[in-house]
Amino acid sequence: MEVSRVAEILEAQVLTCSDFLDGEVCSACGSDMMSDVLAFVKHQGLLLTGLMNPQVIRTAMMMDMECIVFVRGKVPSEEMQLFAENSGIVMMTTKYSMFEACGRLYEAGLGR
Amino acid sequence: MAANEELSFHFDVDGNDFTSAGEASVKVKKLMRQLGFSPELTRRVAIAMYEGEINMVIHANGGTADMYVDEDMVRIVLADHGPGIKDIAAAMQEGFSTAPDNIRALGFGAGMGLPNMKNYSDEMNIDSTVGVGTTIELKFKVG
Ligand SMILES: Nc1ncnc2c1ncn2[C@@H]1O[C@H](COP(=O)(O)OP(=O)(O)OP(=O)(O)O)[C@@H](O)[C@H]1O
Ligand SMILES: [Mg+2]
Repeated sequence: MEVSRVAEILEAQVLTCSDFLDGEVCSACGSDMMSDVLAFVKHQGLLLTGLMNPQVIRTAMMMDMECIVFVRGKVPSEEMQLFAENSGIVMMTTKYSMFEACGRLYEAGLGR
Repeated sequence: MAANEELSFHFDVDGNDFTSAGEASVKVKKLMRQLGFSPELTRRVAIAMYEGEINMVIHANGGTADMYVDEDMVRIVLADHGPGIKDIAAAMQEGFSTAPDNIRALGFGAGMGLPNMKNYSDEMNIDSTVGVGTTIELKFKVG
């Protein structure tokens, strides 16, 4: 699924690296515990989280993920946005909860 | 790389700055890419080292990370002078964590870090003494 499609489905606001929206993700991982995210490399590409600190971006970098979605309308600080921009990671924010955001993406075929 | 030639890299891990925790692992990831290692091996090394780096910051007030590279092995040595690990076998269990709530609120403390380090490395050796510190060696076979 194209990252731009993820943004559409989640009615998300894209905050960084909008020139990478044509990137492909084939699965996703939703968690607020970073070591849980780091436990399984399945080429997820997409991280959904409610956690808000720079380790979210480093975790995505370690996993070679191209996109982070913040759920429940959370907006990262300017510093975090700059860090993601410089790291080549698309960040977006959606008003949906973790549960609903994951459900919408799964329903649309992501990770299936 | 010529036979028997070993490269080494040293990193200091600041124990007072959670925000910068993981910077050494990001550098290692870049270095491995530049040295031409496969994306899979690079990812395994970086994830395992990142977990160790975070552990040094949240459990041990920082430490050092050293990387040794030769043609058939990547070795990471993480050393700290923190409180040490009382029961290593227990700490290796998935879900075992002594992290307090303020660490959990930062997204760590699932008790998955040490098991992840074990899973992603080919060999892991832990040397820890209570009140003295902890040294963890991670070995990764190349190719
Ligand atoms: N460098 C260290 N110094 C002292 N204690 C440590 C160190 N690394 C790990 N520990 C101890 O081992 C436990 C398990 O570590 P592990 O990395 O598996 O989980 P965690 O750090 O608590 O949570 P997570 O890694 O999932 O965020 C820790 O809670 C801590 O008690
Ligand atoms: Mg840990």
